Amino acid sequence: MAVDVRLPTVLRSQAGGQAIVTVEGSTIGDILRTLVAEYPGMAGQLLTEDGVLHRFVNVYVNDDDVRYLSALDTPVKEGDEVSLLPAVAGG
Amino acid sequence: MAAYHSVLDLIGNTPLVEVSQLSPNPDVRILVKLEGRNPGGSVKDRVALALVEQAEKDGLLQPGEPDQVLIEPTSGNTGIGLALVCRVKGYHLKVVLPTNVSVERRQLLELWGAEIIESPGSEGSNGAVRMARHLADEHPHWVFLYQYANPANPKAHYEGTGPEIWRDCPEITHFVAGLGTSGTLLGAGRYLKEQNPGLQVWAIEPPAGEMVDGLRNLDDGYIPPIFEELGGAALLDRKTVVRPRDSVEWTRRLADVGLFVGISSGAAMAGAVRCAEQVPGGDSAVIVVVSADDGWKYLSTGAWTGDLDAVAERARDVIYF
Repeated sequence: MAVDVRLPTVLRSQAGGQAIVTVEGSTIGDILRTLVAEYPGMAGQLLTEDGVLHRFVNVYVNDDDVRYLSALDTPVKEGDEVSLLPAVAGG
Repeated sequence: MAAYHSVLDLIGNTPLVEVSQLSPNPDVRILVKLEGRNPGGSVKDRVALALVEQAEKDGLLQPGEPDQVLIEPTSGNTGIGLALVCRVKGYHLKVVLPTNVSVERRQLLELWGAEIIESPGSEGSNGAVRMARHLADEHPHWVFLYQYANPANPKAHYEGTGPEIWRDCPEITHFVAGLGTSGTLLGAGRYLKEQNPGLQVWAIEPPAGEMVDGLRNLDDGYIPPIFEELGGAALLDRKTVVRPRDSVEWTRRLADVGLFVGISSGAAMAGAVRCAEQVPGGDSAVIVVVSADDGWKYLSTGAWTGDLDAVAERARDVIYF
C-alpha cells in the first residue's frame, strides 16, 4: 500500500525538492529501502551499510518514534503518516 | 514556610498538582510537576546548580576566586539557571544561544549578567553546541560544563526530581517529560523505574528537526552523549513528537484549569493525554508529567491570545524546548 512520507528540509534536495513523497510498503523497513531505491542520494543517510537505521535519523509513524515500536519491522497501514527527522537536541 | 539562607536553597521540592479534569480517560489520573516554581523559573535550575557544584567539587571552579569564566551552549533555560547560580556565586558566564529564542529568555540571561554569544538560529541547538565546543577548545582556561555530556545533569534528577515524585505520588504508573538534553528522563525516569520496574517512561519532543533547516546533511545530527552513555534507548518505553499546534492548544487547556505554563509544558501535557488514551479500557493509571517552566517567558509569542493557527505557525520559528 502507499503511504505519505514527510521529508525534513535536509533530505528534500535528494527528492527533487518535494516535502512529501508517496511510497509503497507495509513496514518501515520496506518504505526506507524503497525510498533509497527511488532517490539514491538518500543512500547512506537513512540506513547504514548493515541495513540498520542511521543513528542521526528518527523515523515516526503517526508521530511515534519507531525505535520504541518495532524499529524497521514496524507495520504501516493505509492512511498512516510516516515522517523522517534529523536528531536535534534541546536544553 | 521556612526562611532560607540563599536563593539557591529554593531550587527543587516543586509541587505536584492534579489536572485529571483534562484526562480523556476517567480511569487515568494526570498530575503536573510544576518546575516553573524554581527561583530561576525552570527545571534547569536543578541542573545548573548540580553542574556548578560538581565542578567545584572537582576543583574546576574555586569559590571566591575572581575572573573565573564558564561557557555553555543552551537554548535558554539552562543558561538562565546557570546565570542565576553564577550571579550568586560570583562566576562570569558566557552562553552560546541560538538567535531564535524568545526575547524574554535573552532578557533573563542579561539581567543576571550572562554574556550572550549568538549562534545561527537555522542550526538550532546543534549549532550552539558546535560553536561552544569550538570556543572551549580555543580557550582552555574557560570552564566548559557541557550539560549534554555531564553526568551531573541526569544525577540532579536522579537525586531530586525522581525521589520527589516518588515521595509525593507513589501510585505513579507513567512518567512523561520533554526530551531536550535527556537529563530529566534519564535521571528521574531511572529512579522511578528502580522503585517500580513496571512503570513506563514516555519522552515527548518537538519536531525540532523540521524547524531546523540549517543542517547540511544528517551527519550534522546530534544525540546528547549522556543519552547514549547512560542507556537512554533502553530506558524509554515510548518517544513521541508533539507538533506546535497541539503544544499551544494544550498550553491553553492547562491555562483553562488555572495553570500558566510554558509551551513545552503544553507539548508534554499533549503527550500525557496521548498516553492516557492508550491505557486499555478498565485499567487505571496515574501519569506524572513534568512542566519545565511557567508561561512568563512566552507572553511575547501571543500563545494564549492569538489565533491558534497563527500562533502555531509562529512557534515554528521560536525554540521553546
